[in-house]
Amino acid sequence: MVISLNIGIIGIQGAISEHVHLMNKIFKINHINGKIFFIKNKFEIKSIDALIIPGGESTTISKFLLNFGIYDEILNRINENDLPIMGTCAGCVLLSNEIANETKEISLLKAMDMKVIRNAFGRQRESFENDIFINVLEKPFNAIFIRAPIIEKVWGKCDVISKIDNNIIMARQDKYLALSFHPELTNDLRIHEYFLEIIEDHLK
Amino acid sequence: MVNLDISKFKYGTYKLKTGFAKMQKNGVVMDVTNPEQALIAEESGAVAVMALERVPADIRAQGSVARMADPLIIEKIMDAVSIPVMAKVRIGHFVEAQVLESLGVDMIDESEVVTPADPFYHINKNKFNIPFVCGCRNLGEAVRRIWEGAAMIRTKGEAGTGNIIEAIRHQRMLNNMIRFLKIMDENEIYDLARKYSDSYLDAIKILTGEKIKDETLLFDEYNYRIVLKEISKILNEIKQIQRLPVVNFAAGGIATPSDAAIMMQLGSDGVFVGSGIFKSENPEKRARAIVQAVTHYDKPEIIADISKNIGNAMVGIEIDNIPKEQRLQERGW
Repeated sequence: MVISLNIGIIGIQGAISEHVHLMNKIFKINHINGKIFFIKNKFEIKSIDALIIPGGESTTISKFLLNFGIYDEILNRINENDLPIMGTCAGCVLLSNEIANETKEISLLKAMDMKVIRNAFGRQRESFENDIFINVLEKPFNAIFIRAPIIEKVWGKCDVISKIDNNIIMARQDKYLALSFHPELTNDLRIHEYFLEIIEDHLK
Repeated sequence: MVNLDISKFKYGTYKLKTGFAKMQKNGVVMDVTNPEQALIAEESGAVAVMALERVPADIRAQGSVARMADPLIIEKIMDAVSIPVMAKVRIGHFVEAQVLESLGVDMIDESEVVTPADPFYHINKNKFNIPFVCGCRNLGEAVRRIWEGAAMIRTKGEAGTGNIIEAIRHQRMLNNMIRFLKIMDENEIYDLARKYSDSYLDAIKILTGEKIKDETLLFDEYNYRIVLKEISKILNEIKQIQRLPVVNFAAGGIATPSDAAIMMQLGSDGVFVGSGIFKSENPEKRARAIVQAVTHYDKPEIIADISKNIGNAMVGIEIDNIPKEQRLQERGW
């Protein structure tokens, strides 16, 4: 068990406080001396043990990361290979290596060997929830998909962790975890606990 | 686009609707009237755009009935940008809402900025799969709209004025009343729920002249007893969490980065900017500055920096110079 832990969450836009709420619950239950805080400038990236990139609008979040120099700082940590990252929805898009059929410019972090399709199911009207099976969890997870991306394909060291029919919706590559849905909108802690395991493995 | 058996999925649930609103948090939704403006908004970092025919300042200047925008304009805007697109319908005009749902608009604003269509009722928003945002001036309006199924609330302010005073008034009314709930006991909350529910009675009295009983249908299939019970429940939840149970944006009068930031400091989750951007001298610069002010709302030195050199703000209007019957916030109840 880790003695103390600093998790940063990109605090620009989207469902941020929901992640903070779940993570704090986990810290409390497991008596972890952990902190999770909003990141709004590039200086804060250096001191964190792990990062969450939340759901929101990927174009909006990506612009901010770039304009405020946060993007480069995250890239540095990725290159140094020492920052576990979980990306949900928009965060999943930003972690990917490639986006399908995209005319607009989004600056990707390219941490994971995967290609994503943005808004793959359609618009908000096509947003849905469904119980899904996740390889690393025993019981199904109520997954909430909001204008969600899917992972079209993975390669290299990127592993598929969950699928709906034939569509990949969750993947892991070493210390990076990407999911196209929103665990922070539920009260189910299991995915955040799984990310914590990834962080602990990394810090060992 | 994807290969899926969609019959097994759940659509339009409360979690999906309020979840969509949560994805907009700390963002700026900008009014746009054409694809060019929509692209400027997206480029500046807007979290969504609101498609409409005329911005509120023009609606106010021209008078005449304002309606849902032309579906063709809305579709062109949807094609132009990848961020969510919202659009306005007239209060109570559930067919305009059906039309927007069929177009695939991401969120519907049942808005006082366009001309109200139904003198008695707001839309039963629970009947729709796509989420709604509604305006409010106080806790009573907010709670009624949430009960009717709104997934997001925005304070009304006074649209098209470039004057922040009404937006602040409405946010403060909400905040104070929410704080006040904390010291109210069960009976007092029940009395307040009754007062809030009684707003539905006016329509009944006028429509039927009926004497109100517990079984009287107040709103679609919901009788007085149910309305009262559910509004009490919402009030008790608000008392406990000390905020609205849905995302709460500010709107109506935001014209500068500081205007946006003050609404955030007062507890808004984000802002709508209507006329404030495209009625200003330099929409590109102002849009970007307002987006940044919402992110860094508690950093005056950053707000100072981004407020430089962004051209003149829209020309504002003194609220006292607008006759009460021409104030948009008076629409809806």
